[in-house]
Amino acid sequence: MPDTIPGSLRAYLHGLPGVDEVGVQRRAAGLATRSIKTTAKRQAIDLAIRMVDLTTLEGADTPGKVRALAAKAVRPDPADPSVPSVAALCVYPDMISTAARALAGTGVGLASVATGFPAGRTSLEVKLSDTATAVEAGASEIDMVIDRGAFLAGDYAKVFDEIVAVKEQCGEAHLKVILETGELVTYDNVRRASWLALHAGADFIKTSTGKVTPAATLPVTLVMLEAVRDYQAATGRQAGVKPAGGIRTTKDAIRYLVLVKEIAGDDWLDPAWFRLGASTLLNDLLMQRTKLGTGQYSGPDYYTID
Amino acid sequence: MEIFEYAPAPESRAIVSIRPSYDLFIDGEFVAAESDRRIVSVNPADEEPLSEVAAAGDADVDRAFAAARRAFERVWSPLPGAERGKYLFRIARIIQERARELAVLESLDNGKPIKETRDVDLPLVAQHFFYYAGWADKLAHTGLGTRPLGVAAQVIPWNFPLLMLAWKVAPALAAGNTVVLKPAETTPLTALAFAEICQEAGLPPGVVNIVTGAGDTGRAVVSHPEADKVAFTGSTEVGRQIARAVAGTRKRLTLELGGKGANIVYDDAAVDQAVEGIVSGIFFNQGHVCCAGSRLLVQESIAEELLPRLRARIELLRLGDPLDKNTDIGAINSAAQLARIRELAAAGEAEGATGWSPACPLPERGYWFRPTVFTGVTQAHRIAREEIFGPVLSVLTFRTPEEAVAKANNTPYGLSAGVWTEKGSLMLWTASRLRAGVVWSNTFNVFDPASPFGGYKESGYGREGGLLGLEAYLG
Repeated sequence: MPDTIPGSLRAYLHGLPGVDEVGVQRRAAGLATRSIKTTAKRQAIDLAIRMVDLTTLEGADTPGKVRALAAKAVRPDPADPSVPSVAALCVYPDMISTAARALAGTGVGLASVATGFPAGRTSLEVKLSDTATAVEAGASEIDMVIDRGAFLAGDYAKVFDEIVAVKEQCGEAHLKVILETGELVTYDNVRRASWLALHAGADFIKTSTGKVTPAATLPVTLVMLEAVRDYQAATGRQAGVKPAGGIRTTKDAIRYLVLVKEIAGDDWLDPAWFRLGASTLLNDLLMQRTKLGTGQYSGPDYYTID
Repeated sequence: MEIFEYAPAPESRAIVSIRPSYDLFIDGEFVAAESDRRIVSVNPADEEPLSEVAAAGDADVDRAFAAARRAFERVWSPLPGAERGKYLFRIARIIQERARELAVLESLDNGKPIKETRDVDLPLVAQHFFYYAGWADKLAHTGLGTRPLGVAAQVIPWNFPLLMLAWKVAPALAAGNTVVLKPAETTPLTALAFAEICQEAGLPPGVVNIVTGAGDTGRAVVSHPEADKVAFTGSTEVGRQIARAVAGTRKRLTLELGGKGANIVYDDAAVDQAVEGIVSGIFFNQGHVCCAGSRLLVQESIAEELLPRLRARIELLRLGDPLDKNTDIGAINSAAQLARIRELAAAGEAEGATGWSPACPLPERGYWFRPTVFTGVTQAHRIAREEIFGPVLSVLTFRTPEEAVAKANNTPYGLSAGVWTEKGSLMLWTASRLRAGVVWSNTFNVFDPASPFGGYKESGYGREGGLLGLEAYLG
């Protein structure tokens, strides 16, 4: 249920403290120099694997491809049963029933993009029925996109109301709200959109669709982590953050975990509150995990391409 | 459940070989001191001795100045600027090549975290040499003349040992002067490593001379009759003594002394970045920074929101082994400095201010002081007026921009200030009224070799860095 905001939404969002671009980039760059080695690296890699939303969002997706990816989500490294499952599989709405069958009983979540992903340039009716269909087909998580056009035009109420309406359609399913920060451009916009989505009822705020450059960046994620931290302090409700797009290496993933730890705090170091939207990242995590265990890199051919 | 804790990530000290004992560097060679006094440099993080250096006496200082004079007259000042520039470029490149080694050595000798020596000190050291190397053949375009002054006597502090050396040596050499440099008593080792770099670069003998020692050696250096120019960075008290000693002589003088910088946070500031700026303003280099933002002036209307955020941020600072790559706060440089910080912090409590520190554990050996924030501070308290030179922040509040400026300027010092506001006009209004040599706008403790640095009032005179930095070495 959305929070009640006293006065105008615009006055509220523009009353949030500004974000200094140079300062936030400097802070993110500073945290990126944290040195994560030995036991810390081992913990970080397993945590990162458990936080992955393994994603395929291509026009060329087929049931076969989705089944293969679902198998990988459940058991990322067939050669090593100690590797944990990922958090969820993330697919287009028409692939949900296939994915749901493949994931039944595994505990791996099933996320579907919805609401006219990725541009969201369609009517509210279509967005709502898109969401309803996805939930009915078995999606436990819905990744919606906000109307960036309305946001940039200053029509915050439209963005807010849409999120509220989609949230209602979600029922029990968790709602992740994609801000598409690459189109919002400024950190001030990212902060305002984050608070707007949180007040409208988002369970997660997510950086990007992966279809727009730039996708997730460390400074943008930092601003969003500050938002969920401060939102919890203000309202008592905890929400999650999901950077998506462009996170390819273990080093990248660990930098995000450092951000989570030092900006939002240890409470967010859990797949329930932080996800990494990625596809190729998982194999690098597996490769680095094996390297830590054996001291040797095995070639990329030892990890499945799905 | 602690599922992700940073494991120790120590930088290896194997890359550095410290000799058990060092001689003086005079006329291009390491030579035994005539004085038999020695100084032991210890690692402030564990109090273990690192090496023993000579304490140069009067006769040693005489030799150094004689060598510098000879090199000035016969080699360095007649050399074309482009040739001097080549030596400086070479030195800059060697510093970059040996950056990791020098960073480890600096952290060992000074106690500052490797993160800072690696990411701040050493890059800036190399940049300063590159920057002034570029000026060496362009002096005719400075509008400051092309004539060097002669032999420069330079005395530097322990807080940024190699960086302060670079600030002094690079412009002096670029302008055609030769130098006699005395590094600080507690941090001589990187200056001696720099002496080796001068040899490696083939710098002509006598252009750079390094005499180690304590206060007596420093006095002998700055009052030496062969010194044409005196440059000092350090405490205001010693600066006064030097000014008295130099008064009435032909010597030119620049002084870069203490500070009690104000960090002004207006109620419309970008709060999260302001918190970062407050933290880096006072806890960067354990607060051993002359331009530290040691007074936080926060607008009363946001003080209650800002201070809990500041405390939460300080809780995250990682204090400990300076060589650990994740350490944010290293060791206090010396027992004497630790005693001074303790004394002033105790005075803060005694005068009625309220101190707060995070509950971080301190290592058993070495010199350590927790990051500390004093609230309830008034302008009359010693901790609001005296330079503490440690990780101690005094928080004061203000109501209007006029009051902020009046309080910020209400200090005998005038080295640095910071202003935090998202409103451009207020930023310019405030900056133009602050009597401080550096005013940082929505940032703090950011340095660049092209930017002049220096003080108003009792923070000293003369500028270092940038084009203006050459003025001190050209006549």
